[in-house]
Amino acid sequence: MLWETVRLALQAILRNPMRSFLTVLGVVIGVAAVIAMVTIGRGSAAQVTADVQTLGANRLMLSPGQARMGPGSGSGSARPFALSDVDALTDQLSSIETGAPTATRQMVAVFGNTNHRTSVNGTDSRYLVVSDWRLAAGRAFTSAEEGGRAACILGHTVKQELFGHADPLGEDIRLGTLSCQVIGVLEAKGASAFGTDQDDVVLIPFRTFARRIAGSADVPLITLSMRDGVSTDRAVGDVTALMREIRRIGPGEDDDFTVNTMEQLSSMLTGISNVLTGLLSAVAAVSLLVGGIGIMNIMLVSVTERTREIGIRMAVGAQAHQVLMQFLVESIVLSALGGLLGIALGLALAALGAGLLEVPFVPDPGVIALAFVFSAAVGIVFGFVPARSAARLDPIDALRH
Amino acid sequence: MANDAPAPLIALRDITRHYGSGEAMVRALDGVTLTVSKGEFVAIMGPSGSGKSTAMNVLGCLDSPSSGHYLFNGIEVAGLDRDQRALLRRHYLGFIFQGYNLLPRSSALQNVELPLIYKGLARAEREERALEALDRVGLAHRATHDPSELSGGQQQRVAIARALAGHPQVVLADEPTGNLDTKRSVEIMELLRQLNREEGLTIIMVTHEEDMAEFADRLIWMVDGKVATDRKTAKGAA
Repeated sequence: MLWETVRLALQAILRNPMRSFLTVLGVVIGVAAVIAMVTIGRGSAAQVTADVQTLGANRLMLSPGQARMGPGSGSGSARPFALSDVDALTDQLSSIETGAPTATRQMVAVFGNTNHRTSVNGTDSRYLVVSDWRLAAGRAFTSAEEGGRAACILGHTVKQELFGHADPLGEDIRLGTLSCQVIGVLEAKGASAFGTDQDDVVLIPFRTFARRIAGSADVPLITLSMRDGVSTDRAVGDVTALMREIRRIGPGEDDDFTVNTMEQLSSMLTGISNVLTGLLSAVAAVSLLVGGIGIMNIMLVSVTERTREIGIRMAVGAQAHQVLMQFLVESIVLSALGGLLGIALGLALAALGAGLLEVPFVPDPGVIALAFVFSAAVGIVFGFVPARSAARLDPIDALRH
Repeated sequence: MANDAPAPLIALRDITRHYGSGEAMVRALDGVTLTVSKGEFVAIMGPSGSGKSTAMNVLGCLDSPSSGHYLFNGIEVAGLDRDQRALLRRHYLGFIFQGYNLLPRSSALQNVELPLIYKGLARAEREERALEALDRVGLAHRATHDPSELSGGQQQRVAIARALAGHPQVVLADEPTGNLDTKRSVEIMELLRQLNREEGLTIIMVTHEEDMAEFADRLIWMVDGKVATDRKTAKGAA
């Protein structure tokens, strides 16, 4: 009997395909929007995770002050670190593989009559290990160079901007008043999770940076890499304990430094993308609501048009609940078909959007199933009133209609 | 009355049906008492407003009387609710209407199957019984045609097949020839007559055409919601 009712509903729907299609268009668009948004959202979340991997998932970032990551970080009054802190962390902690100081300044790099504004990064060879970054050409800093000589390693973007396809190795570039020799070129890494170009960088030895550019030996940021198999919590605990000791922070006093993990960064970024997905899904839910009202409207019209049919069915023995079921099933089948169409359309849009945004296409079976169930539920909710009005018809009046 | 029959199929006693109340109250049926035995072919006539349509609605369990008793096969049905009356119609009654009332854009076969769907028959059995019913009205060869492809007489025959398909105990026909010309009307009446004679089908029919009423065995004349005369026709007497 149920299958019979579904078949009957399909017949009624296909009897007027154009009208049926226009009726469910709202549901189609709503479901398509949800599916497209969520799928692209998941794609970008996957992209963020992948981007964080390129930064190095096992990295810790140690910065002075109690600031958190994000806007307003770095409080001016906090004590900076010293180069000896980096050595202490790498030498004394078994959970830390290695670490590198990092000081950054925006500068113009000049070669011949080409110049390019870039970020100059004072660090040492350990930075390449910490950030899991390989050289495309040349070599890393020697210890003699790390003592304060003017040598530099170019990021891929800087190399392209200043040298194009020419070989930069052995050439001298100018960074402000500092002239330094190019000894290496880094492999291209692409955009970071924040969308900045990670390859737009020039690395120079930290001591050179301190003497010739910053004029101070302060270390504004220490980047550490954890040893394999060490939990993030343990590493953070070790680093915090040692830094409190070095910086003589008494028990009960707050840290005057912050350890950030890549997990935090990653969850912050996926958090942003989740909020966006949520907002867009809310908009999509509103359009499903509107779609449902469209279905209710047409079902009410349909009940009026088919009053005589209802009368005939009642005369031959249909009970009120059977008439109710017939119209309810019809609106459920209608909106579920709309849901299926919407899912197909949404996935197509998501595939297209993922291609344009260069994020992976990650369809979520759970969300697809949910969208389908939800669209069928729209049919139940908005089909009920028309179905009930059909079931309440008086057979005599309906036959006279 | 018919003492030879064990119990009448239908027995109405003091049936009233009122609409509205107070001064504006309309007494569509005002104390109708009558019995119909199995195998009878009864015609109900009367001027418009005489209550014959209301009587048909009550007999067909589409409507509930305001008061009185309606025994169908010895069972009191006057106080039944909508759903119980629907079950009664489903299992014991068949309807033929003046306007045929076939479902448009459905084949003759689908129309005849309709009551069988609600009887819960499986598809194969439904088709078999619907074809058999169409065969009885001589339209088996038109099973796949839509009502729009059939003449008025043929449409009414499909409607008769639909009424027969459920193997009802009584067929109620409301002005079955009202939309047909004389030739088709006579054909339809002869078909009903034949079903009554050869298969013992009980038929109650409302009509306003004397010629058509003459096909029945018995003629009930209603005036002002009451049975005025109840007599055998020429055919019934024969």
